Amino acid sequence: MDNESLKLKVAEYTAKVEKASAKFPERKNLEYNRLYTPLDLEGQDYEKDLGLPGSYPFTRGVQPTMYRGRFWTMRMYAGFSTAEESNKRYRYLLESGGTGLSCAFDLPTQIGYDSDDIISEGEVGKVGVAIDSLADMEILFDQIDLAKVSTSMTINAPASVLLAMYIAVAEKNGIGPEKLNGTIQNDILKEYAARGTYIFPPKPSMRLITNIFEYCSKNVPNWNTISISGYHIREAGSTAAQEIAFTIADGIAYCEAAIKAGLDVDAFAGRLSFFWNAHNNVLEEVAKFRASRRVWAKIMKERFGAKNPKSWMLRVHTQTAGSMLTAQQPDNNVVRVALQTAAAVMGGTQSLHTNSKDEALALPTEASVRVALRTQQIVAYESGLADVVDPLAGSYYVEAITNQIEAEALKYIQKIDDIGGAVVAIEEGYIQREIQDSAYKWQKEVENNDRVIVGVNKFQIEEKPVEGLLRVDASVGELQKKKLADLRAKRDNAAVTAALAKLEAACGDDSVNLMPIILEAVKTYATLGEICGVMRKVFGEYQAHATL
Amino acid sequence: MEKRVRVLVAKPGLDGHDRGAKVVARALRDAGFEVIYTGLRQTPEQIAEAALQEDVNVIALSLLSGAHNHLFPRIVELIREKGMTDVLIIGGGVIPDADIPVLKAAGISEVFTPGTSTTTIIDYIKENVK
Repeated sequence: MDNESLKLKVAEYTAKVEKASAKFPERKNLEYNRLYTPLDLEGQDYEKDLGLPGSYPFTRGVQPTMYRGRFWTMRMYAGFSTAEESNKRYRYLLESGGTGLSCAFDLPTQIGYDSDDIISEGEVGKVGVAIDSLADMEILFDQIDLAKVSTSMTINAPASVLLAMYIAVAEKNGIGPEKLNGTIQNDILKEYAARGTYIFPPKPSMRLITNIFEYCSKNVPNWNTISISGYHIREAGSTAAQEIAFTIADGIAYCEAAIKAGLDVDAFAGRLSFFWNAHNNVLEEVAKFRASRRVWAKIMKERFGAKNPKSWMLRVHTQTAGSMLTAQQPDNNVVRVALQTAAAVMGGTQSLHTNSKDEALALPTEASVRVALRTQQIVAYESGLADVVDPLAGSYYVEAITNQIEAEALKYIQKIDDIGGAVVAIEEGYIQREIQDSAYKWQKEVENNDRVIVGVNKFQIEEKPVEGLLRVDASVGELQKKKLADLRAKRDNAAVTAALAKLEAACGDDSVNLMPIILEAVKTYATLGEICGVMRKVFGEYQAHATL
Repeated sequence: MEKRVRVLVAKPGLDGHDRGAKVVARALRDAGFEVIYTGLRQTPEQIAEAALQEDVNVIALSLLSGAHNHLFPRIVELIREKGMTDVLIIGGGVIPDADIPVLKAAGISEVFTPGTSTTTIIDYIKENVK
């Protein structure tokens, strides 16, 4: 059939089904068309738009082999209470077939406060593990071979300090930094826009980030120096296109900052990594992953003139959508997570965390974490979804919305360029407002029953409170305080003072790379709060403007 | 003319999750309340002070970090110390059922957990505000 006759046929079909579908108003106004045909892919050029897996523009995946080589890294995000407790959970996960670690830190750690700071009260060990000094980090990785495991750390404002601690622990075990594999999140821009664990203003924050890029390119070559994150932007309520657009705009800002600091794009770009959300709409998510790779590859090649193909690749870690877990009928979350896992795998993720069914209620228990990990293993070994590279390529629907999401994202990126880049767009509140508008729209749709969430606004039942949730013992705070008091009494305090004075001077001199100096300080057992305290003193603190 | 109900939406502690707080704040505003949002990382003292300065009728606390058992009662205590005896204090977030009776005993009038519709919160405030 040629295009002209197909157009006629499709018009006929549309007229017919429009009439019929008038009887089903709740199924009428969905986001995407009801049918896609070759007409939706007119002008698509296989070589230019898709190519083969492992080649530009990487729409079909960053590696040639994808999961016919090895599966994605099954990396479960974990951490709570003390370093001792979390170390046990990490070793349990590795024994259960997890293939990488992912550390969750408590809020005081993420915001650069010690456990004995007054502001930390009630928060110590709650949403992650409390790390106050190198001593805690040594316990956290006790009996774990850092030369073999790869470790991802969700740490942003104080990323330099936690990375330094990790390097120091490895060194103590005779492992050089060149052997280390892992990731620090280190993505401050999305903290301002969506996640909230910022400390310093943008300028010194960007300096810390570029210092890390430079230091790692020379000393820790296999480390992913940043995980530019859309996950939290999506959790805060954005759409799929906004998620990749705002994140890639952040990525552009990091590249510009590093180039301005004198780095060659190919010296750092290959170590940039990304972090996507796997949300409920399975095929939209697959399209989002594919579109994001194409957008990034073109930007790196055309805008930044990167020459190394590694610099063009958008490598991505994924987490299933926490905000889509329901507190109602929590067993249903197992099914949601399985579908989200399918999306991430068909989207070609490099690593994946799957949420546990009880996480709308509390941190997950060991038993529910096991089901979440098994979900990945079932998708990997049983479902067949991992057997063919980019299995949805060529689907009229998936290709068409890959193009659509790409176009929408490019429009946002253009808009942010016009505003003056991601840093300015965040400072002016543009990105936050866009996210909030989408979040509010979603909530209204749920409350008007235009969007069904099973168990929440349809198919509800009377429920008994869920039993057996994980509780973090309130004594963790006291325990950490005692550990800190012992540490401060035992360590060489003159060495600590000298290291902190050196750091303070270096913070005031933009030409100095802070990483080696922070590494020296952590080795004296200066605490995270002390180190960040010095930086707070010199750099000041970010003042957010609360917008509604 | 009847005075509009004034609501302080507050984020105590170090938690950065503000999607819920902002959605609730907007819904309350659309429902005709005067809404003041504190922004992130407020200490109990700052929240109590803001409530006093803004002369609010309702304080809506949002927390997803698990520090509610420590922070919510402390805020109630400070509010009552400042003589704001008839301010309605409600809370929301990832709060296990087992903690709710404890929070209520400490003076949190109602606790709203994930999945609550904003109209439930609006109706609750209308029925209970003094």
